[in-house]
Amino acid sequence: MANLVEIRDLRVAFDGVAVLHGIGLEVAPGEALGLVGESGCGKSVTWLAALGLLPSKASIDGSVRLQGQELCNAPRSRLERVRGGRIAMIFQDPASALNPVIRVGRQLCEALRLHRGLTGAAGRAEALRLMDMVGIPDARGRFGLYPHEFSGGQCQRLMIAMALAGEPELLIADEPTTALDATIQAQILDLLARLRAETGMAVVFISHDLGAVAQVCDRVCVMYAGRIVEQGSVAQLFGHPRHPYTRGLFDAIPRLYGPRGALVPISGTVPDPRHPPPGCAFAPRCAHAHGFCATQVPRLLPQRDGRHLACAFPLPERDPQRDYEDALT
Amino acid sequence: MIRFVSLRLLRALVTVLAVMTFSFVVLRMSGDPAEVLLGPDVPQNVIDAFRRQWGLDAPLWRQYLSYLGAIFQGDFGLSMRDRAPALDLVLERVPATLMLTVPALILKLGIGIPAGIFAALHRDSAIDRGVIFLAILGFTIPSFVMGLVLVLIFAVTLGVLPSGGFGTWQNAILPGITISIGGIGIIARFSRSAMIEVLGQPYIRTASAKGVKWHDVVRGHALPNAAIPIVTIAGFMVGSLIAGAVVVETIFSWPGIGRLLIVSVSNRDLAVVQCILLLIAAVMVTANLIVDLLYGWLDPRLRTGTAH
Ligand SMILES: Nc1ncnc2c1ncn2[C@@H]1O[C@H](COP(=O)(O)OP(=O)(O)O)[C@@H](O)[C@H]1O
Ligand SMILES: [Mg+2]
Repeated sequence: MANLVEIRDLRVAFDGVAVLHGIGLEVAPGEALGLVGESGCGKSVTWLAALGLLPSKASIDGSVRLQGQELCNAPRSRLERVRGGRIAMIFQDPASALNPVIRVGRQLCEALRLHRGLTGAAGRAEALRLMDMVGIPDARGRFGLYPHEFSGGQCQRLMIAMALAGEPELLIADEPTTALDATIQAQILDLLARLRAETGMAVVFISHDLGAVAQVCDRVCVMYAGRIVEQGSVAQLFGHPRHPYTRGLFDAIPRLYGPRGALVPISGTVPDPRHPPPGCAFAPRCAHAHGFCATQVPRLLPQRDGRHLACAFPLPERDPQRDYEDALT
Repeated sequence: MIRFVSLRLLRALVTVLAVMTFSFVVLRMSGDPAEVLLGPDVPQNVIDAFRRQWGLDAPLWRQYLSYLGAIFQGDFGLSMRDRAPALDLVLERVPATLMLTVPALILKLGIGIPAGIFAALHRDSAIDRGVIFLAILGFTIPSFVMGLVLVLIFAVTLGVLPSGGFGTWQNAILPGITISIGGIGIIARFSRSAMIEVLGQPYIRTASAKGVKWHDVVRGHALPNAAIPIVTIAGFMVGSLIAGAVVVETIFSWPGIGRLLIVSVSNRDLAVVQCILLLIAAVMVTANLIVDLLYGWLDPRLRTGTAH
């Protein structure tokens, strides 16, 4: 099947400081792709760059194609047609993502007018339907309220409704639940999964909540310091991570089921993009790093099982110790 | 809403009362009108008679009470100099001052706000830097320097405009520009930073992400938010319609409130000074009140502030 979006060698620099070093990604129609990695790894910048939403001081290189149509550094008018209409995006902090001085109904209607030409009563009716669909109680009564009169979770529902207004083929959900309480997080995840099933749109789900990614996604990309370091199906990466960084991410989350390992956060922090390490960006934090890692950047290469991996000394293909442990429980 | 308005009204009244009290006390502590008006070599019994006549011999608190009582009956007292009602003397000068300050206000808002917003939209461009430079120049040069420079250029060197005086519209140009320039600079700087702040907000990115054209993002999403802080500074400028021209009126010998204030202060003409200060306070407080009400109208978060 032809890909919906293909990103090739995407590079972004802010004031000469490179923060993305050649990202390659594709999203198939209807697919749910997870994008994980610690904060500051370039997950948001990747998609903001793809949609031309970065400030003008950002310099962007490479190619982002939406069914053959080039978006990277495309003219504003082309991007404006794609944004919201073919690719919609929702953000981390829903309370500040809605315009505080415009009634939510009007914000919804604006999207409907732009992408579906609905105005007046038709627009209003469709907006109410969308509010119902994302689970805003008493949509009719709350159509004329302002964003501050809604809770954080409801604001995210409104953002999702607004994203659906253009009937996009792809929804980028950039940490949509990070700012919300745990119970609300679960509801929003359910909503996203349900809407994807109903509409058939593809979803890129950016998160550092690996549990949420497993719940929503088919495929996962792990990003570190502006590069993709491992990519594969959820089963592959969750069952058997091979990049030491991926493994580190799993060891850093509490496991609800399965063997109770000790919680080991990855030591150190994401390198400052202004002073990148000379070789593999993860080498300074990596227990497996050897001489090669300190000088050479490993390439992202396909593996026998179909995943892609950028590591000179990955974890072995099969981990007998782990299989043994799993068998015991 | 009614609660909101009545609270603001009460606050406004308290402010005016505070200004009245303060000016009353300070004026009476800072010098004796009898000595100033009658001159140095007047016999004591004449001075005593003068003070009795104007009620200056009573204790301060009694003077204050009768002053307040008179104000509430609309009596602002008599000028000690020409015995005319102080209010008439003051109101007579208001049109001349407004003739300078109203066009100046229009210039400040009409040039300052668009310049600031334009600069914000072209941030870090040559135009932006130019606007910042001119704005800083505008509000750092004191108005008496600015006034003198303008007189030097347009009156003395070029000889195209009068250097002072009152009567024709040409007389108003130099003082009007002198008053405006600082305010234009302040408003331009302020509008620029307000707009830059708003353009960096997540909801602006949301609007772009949903496909709104940039022009409409600016007009429909950014400006309504930037208007909230801009209204504050604009209100401040409205508040200085009466008080903002003191220095400039003196430089250009413009017969407005400012000049009257200076003359009356040096003469210790109590009733006139108090009347002017009261008028200034009333205008500022009214401007603040309007700003507060506009806030409620522009920012829904304040309108329902109590419910939230
Ligand atoms: N507007 C910006 N100006 C300068 N640097 C930025 C900007 N946006 C992001 N960055 C930098 O780009 C890197 C990637 O950021 P981001 O994509 O937001 O990370 P995350 O993976 O947490 O979404 C970070 O180092 C961040 O500091
Ligand atoms: Mg992010």
